Amino acid sequence: MSAVQTATPFETVRTPDPASRPIKIHAAAVKVTYGQKEALHGVSIDIAEKAVTAFIGPSGCGKSTFLRCINRMNDTIAGARVEGTITLDDRNIYDPDLDVVELRARVGMVFQKPNPFPKSIFDNVAYGPRIHGLARSKADLEEIVVTSLQRASLFNEVKDRLNEPGTGLSGGQQQRLCIARAIAVSPEVILMDEPCSALDPIATAKVEELIDELRANFTIVIVTHSMQQAARVSQRTAFFHLGHLIEEGPTDHVFTNPLEQRTQDYITGRFG
Amino acid sequence: MEHTVSAYDDDLKSIARMVTEIGGLAERAVGDAVEALTRLDIGLAQRVIANDKELDKLQRDIEDKAILVIARRQPMASDLREIVGAMRIANDIERVGDLAKNIAKRVVAINGVFPHKQLITGVEHLCEIALQQLKKVLDAYASQDDQAANAVRQRDNEIDALYTSLFRELLTYMMEDPRNLTFCIHLLFCAKNIERIGDHATNIAESVHYVVTGRSYEDERPKADTSIASTIAGS
Repeated sequence: MSAVQTATPFETVRTPDPASRPIKIHAAAVKVTYGQKEALHGVSIDIAEKAVTAFIGPSGCGKSTFLRCINRMNDTIAGARVEGTITLDDRNIYDPDLDVVELRARVGMVFQKPNPFPKSIFDNVAYGPRIHGLARSKADLEEIVVTSLQRASLFNEVKDRLNEPGTGLSGGQQQRLCIARAIAVSPEVILMDEPCSALDPIATAKVEELIDELRANFTIVIVTHSMQQAARVSQRTAFFHLGHLIEEGPTDHVFTNPLEQRTQDYITGRFG
Repeated sequence: MEHTVSAYDDDLKSIARMVTEIGGLAERAVGDAVEALTRLDIGLAQRVIANDKELDKLQRDIEDKAILVIARRQPMASDLREIVGAMRIANDIERVGDLAKNIAKRVVAINGVFPHKQLITGVEHLCEIALQQLKKVLDAYASQDDQAANAVRQRDNEIDALYTSLFRELLTYMMEDPRNLTFCIHLLFCAKNIERIGDHATNIAESVHYVVTGRSYEDERPKADTSIASTIAGS
């Protein structure tokens, strides 16, 4: 009776992007193994440029693992092995000749718990541009810091205390500081791993507002446990389950009329 | 599959139960109103008018409950469609109740003057089909049967065609003898109300389709009410 279908585990149900945005990141048959355990069983997805793509799914489904493949964060985990290909603007990011530091400047990341450096607010944001040599002068650097704080909607709250420690800010402000830090190096992609799960509703709303503004200039991929958040902030949604990408499609579509039974069960709160 | 939170299932089930209940009330109201018309039973007509309050209240209760569930549980996907569908359907049913009440009010207004009994037969027949449509679409809602709902939608033009022919017939009587005017106009309004009940059954069918499939019909529904054209031709 229902329109929902059940696909075989390896077949991702896909609904194309009605806006036909250009593809920024292309992943094909990505597998990740931690020691003996395969955590991702071959994920293929195209991630649209200048849009927010949300990864949803229950804990342990592989969404964070996949997110961390996009800037090669899994390289830092002992015993982790990544197979398949991921390209950023058609360049294979797992190419041995590729400079990982440069990759991570192009693909920034914001984590679940705000993790400002134990430095001043100014230095937190200035750190990236300094090590990547993006500022030619002190004035240049100051401009980058101010612009980044403004773009992260934090500047007005901290402009009089830029030399105070970043750790002294509230949780929500710290998270926006981390976003300012991420965008200070002018990345093209920002990965966010549950960026609001440690924040109160008002701080969450501010970060969501910020995400919505940032997508005009950045490609954003966000992992979230809040289905409502995914529905609010993203244009595309990908549902992961047990290491498979089950379904991906326009967010409006996925949350009102998902095609796959498991997506339906998860987003309506029916997972046993 | 059941929700992890079982109270959520209870909420959805209770909304569906209330919609079935209001549907039953509306069916009875329409049946009674037309019976009151054929027998010119003013007592029954007045009961139909009085009972409409119950229908209105149930519609408000459904809406309140649905809003509460949306606020409390932030429904998604099929659950969201089910709740939106229930609200829409309850609205349509409430309107059906109003139309039945309007017919009943006319019975009171006609007040025993009844020149041509055979004219009523056409209205009765129209009502029979409208009631069948209403019953079928409510069953389709209860069983989430998209095909049954679509059959209701496809059959609406039968009501429209019947209404048009009734319109012409009444027009003829009115032209024959001006003394028929009052009565025929009352009957015409009753017929129009019944035709509108058919339209609401169609709306409900469309809501059922949305609830079950998540899609809306893209084609225009076939229409057979040409009474507007007849007016022009007849004048």
